[in-house]
Amino acid sequence: MAFVSGLRCRECSREYPGEALNVCDFCFGPLEVVYDYATISEVVSHDRIAAGPLSIWRYHDLLPASGEDPVDILAGFTPLLKARNLGERLGLKNLYIKNDSVNPSFSFKDRVVSVAATKAREFGFETIACASTGNLACSVAAHAARAGMRSVVFIPSDLERGKVIGAAVYGPTMVAVEGTYDEVNRLCSEVGDNYPWAFVNINMRPYYAEGSKTLGYEVAEQLDWRIPDHVVIPSASGAMFTKIWKGFNELACLGLLDGVDAMTFGPDQNTVHHPAITTRMHMAQAEGCSPIVNAWVGGQNQIRPVRPDSIAKSLAIGNPADGIYALRVIKESDGSAYAVPEPQVVEGIKLLAETEGIFTETAGGVTVSTLKYLAESGAIGADELTVAYITGNGLKTQEAVEEVVNPLYIRPSMSSFEEALQGSPASASL
Amino acid sequence: MPVTVRIPTPLRRMTNGQDKVEMEESNLSTMIENLEASYPGVKERLIDENGDLRYFVNIYLNGEDVRFLDGLDTSASSGDEISIVPAVAGG
Repeated sequence: MAFVSGLRCRECSREYPGEALNVCDFCFGPLEVVYDYATISEVVSHDRIAAGPLSIWRYHDLLPASGEDPVDILAGFTPLLKARNLGERLGLKNLYIKNDSVNPSFSFKDRVVSVAATKAREFGFETIACASTGNLACSVAAHAARAGMRSVVFIPSDLERGKVIGAAVYGPTMVAVEGTYDEVNRLCSEVGDNYPWAFVNINMRPYYAEGSKTLGYEVAEQLDWRIPDHVVIPSASGAMFTKIWKGFNELACLGLLDGVDAMTFGPDQNTVHHPAITTRMHMAQAEGCSPIVNAWVGGQNQIRPVRPDSIAKSLAIGNPADGIYALRVIKESDGSAYAVPEPQVVEGIKLLAETEGIFTETAGGVTVSTLKYLAESGAIGADELTVAYITGNGLKTQEAVEEVVNPLYIRPSMSSFEEALQGSPASASL
Repeated sequence: MPVTVRIPTPLRRMTNGQDKVEMEESNLSTMIENLEASYPGVKERLIDENGDLRYFVNIYLNGEDVRFLDGLDTSASSGDEISIVPAVAGG
């Protein structure tokens, strides 16, 4: 069972039952899950987590859906890799990559969708749907297939082919909208008002977003129940950014971090900050769509929407729903926010691939280039424990790095091979 | 032809369940005042204490966010469609 006592408006604190709702009737503020942490603290333990499955559902006590029979394609428990080569390049001795690009549908979205799909089935929905920049569509369609549910995915019509095919293969009803993600999202809000579907990131959003907390839990568990000094996280809506922070703080409050005393959560569970959580939260956006970074740099506490024009389509949300909360997390954690110049997105992809053998999509390029900037500017010290979150797979955005394809074209003969080899980088090792 | 205003679920209790209402052409501020006259309580849900559009409310004129137009001074003409949409979605 899930230890959920209901939903509460983050802005005006009005309470609602734990139903398929995401918006406060009164002030239109976001609804958030309210947990019964007193009961959770009695049952949760390292041993209980370790005895669970190698997926996000090992943390089911801290998720808002029942872990007894989840809609699960084994999202999560992805590798945390010590990045020696990239670290050496950047002057960081204690750098790790959280490689979430190897989830079953190849992005972190499997975490949130597994929770949302499980909850949708619990509520009796037969169709799950989403507004997507691509990765979410893949994950929703995959989970629907697994659960035997129908899916309807709405995407901007100009998405990368890898994401379109990576979603279509699971057999959803795919709606390609001539417009930006923000327009797709607005349309879906209206569609959701008129169709009995579980839109994972609209009416299921309070539950869905909680799935990203597992990115915090897993990194802490993989570091033997410690937290990093720094994390670098790509952001579109800002939801994952805030939930990783929440995940670290929940672990601390429940006494699950090494050497950290438990603490009560207080009335506002979403703003709890345990003093032992000293991780500095760094946000990565691409310059062509950086509304949260703009607000941070400009010292504003509200977000001015932008019209996206970025190669990093998975981060191209011009009107980020959790932007103001992400700003608060940056401030509270003494973190930062950086907008990567567009040409450096591809440089970041190549840097990670060439140093660590991990092929990430454009969002990962944004993360790696932000990490590079932070290292070079001295914001991250050489010995500080740093984790960069790589949340999507490069095979979905191959167009972005087409330029790397430059083979030696030869005839099938030794002489042709040897002639071509002269002057190529490989000849240096002969 | 009037202006069509699409009403989101959280406000439908105030509009007797109607998902759209028709209004005379005018700017958004006036239109919200007129909505309030017909459906008391609607204005408080849309406009904050400073007279601005609430942060978590988006209003679109023919699909365009009015924050990219003239905000509450944006004018709607006959045949236009206005959508009131909760901002908390997506991601």
